Amino acid sequence: MEVHALKGISIEIQSGEFVSIMGPSGSGKSTFMNILGCLDRPSCGQYFLDGISLSQITNEELANIRNSKIGFVFQNFNLLVRTTALENVELPMIYNNTPSRQRSISAREALSIVGLDGRENHYPSQLSGGQQQRVAIARAIVNNPSIIMADEPTGNLDSKTTSEIMKIFESLNKHGKTIIVITHENDVAKYAKSIIVFKDGSIQEENYLKNSRRNGN
Amino acid sequence: MATEMEIIIHYVDEYIRVLIVSLRALKTNKIRSFLTMLGIIIGVASVISLIALTQGAELMIKKQITSLGGKSLYINPGKWGIGIQNDAIRLTDKDVDEIQKLPYVETVAPILDMPKQIIWKNNGWFTSLVGSSPDFVQLNDWYPSRGVFFNQEDVSSINNVCVIGETVVENLFGNTDPIGESIRIGKTSFRVIGVMSKLGQTTSGRDQDDIVVIPYTTFQKRIIGSNSIDKIFVLVKSPEQLQSAKSEIRLLLRRVHGISTNEKDTFYIKTQVGIVKTIFTIANIMGVLLGSIASISLVVGGIGIMNIMLVSVKERTREIGIRMAVGAKETDILIQFLVESVVLSLIGGLIGIALGITVSRIATQITGWPSVLSIQSALLAFGFSALVGIFFGVYPARKASKLNPIEALRAE
Repeated sequence: MEVHALKGISIEIQSGEFVSIMGPSGSGKSTFMNILGCLDRPSCGQYFLDGISLSQITNEELANIRNSKIGFVFQNFNLLVRTTALENVELPMIYNNTPSRQRSISAREALSIVGLDGRENHYPSQLSGGQQQRVAIARAIVNNPSIIMADEPTGNLDSKTTSEIMKIFESLNKHGKTIIVITHENDVAKYAKSIIVFKDGSIQEENYLKNSRRNGN
Repeated sequence: MATEMEIIIHYVDEYIRVLIVSLRALKTNKIRSFLTMLGIIIGVASVISLIALTQGAELMIKKQITSLGGKSLYINPGKWGIGIQNDAIRLTDKDVDEIQKLPYVETVAPILDMPKQIIWKNNGWFTSLVGSSPDFVQLNDWYPSRGVFFNQEDVSSINNVCVIGETVVENLFGNTDPIGESIRIGKTSFRVIGVMSKLGQTTSGRDQDDIVVIPYTTFQKRIIGSNSIDKIFVLVKSPEQLQSAKSEIRLLLRRVHGISTNEKDTFYIKTQVGIVKTIFTIANIMGVLLGSIASISLVVGGIGIMNIMLVSVKERTREIGIRMAVGAKETDILIQFLVESVVLSLIGGLIGIALGITVSRIATQITGWPSVLSIQSALLAFGFSALVGIFFGVYPARKASKLNPIEALRAE
């Protein structure tokens, strides 16, 4: 018997939005996120990114899209443990052949944006959870992608750090980035302009907050 | 627009970066990396030292054999391998003189030999009595250790002098110094003027030191009473001229002894080329055999690398997932792991070369065998270990590159 992780979903996310995705575990939100993040392909149906259908695309092209258009932030930070903060942030630039000098400059800038000046040569084990997540955000933005995807970015953080991290996302959104955050905390979700709630592989409800562009439609 | 120079610098930069990444990964598990390399180290070291020692042995054989064996030939009367022959030619002093005049010939010595009883005081010893010329020492590369060998003067004056081997000294004289003593052969008395250095046994078990050498003229006059010669020993100027010299001598002998064109040779000329060739063939076979065994250890080392790389891929699944999530392509991951296994095998190869050189030096010290270390064999071993690294690294690297990023990110 075929199991559908997602079914009957039709949704459009405009650039510059800040979307929170909520729902109980097993509701299909991670699968949805993996497809949006080009880590996975839908077995049927279509996904358009920047107006281009990604259903028939090769693995290599998917890797290029992940590299240039999408930045990931994970619950468990997913930093390379034996490399410094700076080298972690440089990682995405290695795969688009940025010259090493430029890599270093861009990585320092990104670390500065997330407020980690002076921590360039620290290893992840020498940083707090909040600092590690900042490194991860710096890594996500360093190639200047248009979309940031965060899967439970504050799941391992205390409430104070959570709000610090969410303020960074808010600020990035103000600077034009599309932000998509999976969370099950209402405190986190409320930073978004709209909330999508998943249940049993379908979208149960969409709530528009603040001045979401879709709100005006 | 990047200039060509910038592009080149960029690529060099990238290679160095990939190298640093793999070196760092190997450094994290120092002991494991070393143990993995050990297979390659042992393999390369044994290849290097075996090649060095085999080539050394070949060199030694060459020195011992080619110097004389490759340049010498024997002329025997009669047909090859048959006993008493009535039509066999009778070699004489004249043949020796004629052969000496040929252009390729360096030295010629007549040889007469006969088993004889020799007597000193009341002791008797049965030995091989040989008659020859002073060139005997040069032809055999065999010199007296005490006293002197007889000279041309002794030959032309038909002097009753002799040079004896160590076995004769032991059995006849015991602890007495034989130089200047008189021995009796038949009815003639000979003065001992020299003792040959100890040679030992031949490979076929003949005692080469059981010998008494006298001037061939004396042998002819006092022992057999005729001017015939048993065989002629010829040394040519270089090994390359051996075949030409052989055919020249054959034509000369046929002419001198009046053998008509439709008759077969009634003498035969024996060279040691066959033996030399056989020895070299054996040396080569031994080299190939030992080399193959050493290569097997290289292959085993390669399997060790593959094994540990598979473990490494498994352990670093999440790292691979992270790299893929930030945009690493399959080829990026493939190259990363391939470089790691090649670096592993190349470092192993370098250590192996150093160890191989040390081992062959030590072996030379202990056994006295020469060892020939060549750049070629070092390059061969180095190249081979690089190949092993690529060959056994491809499978784990491919496995890493084909990982699903989502599953990889979920791994612990």
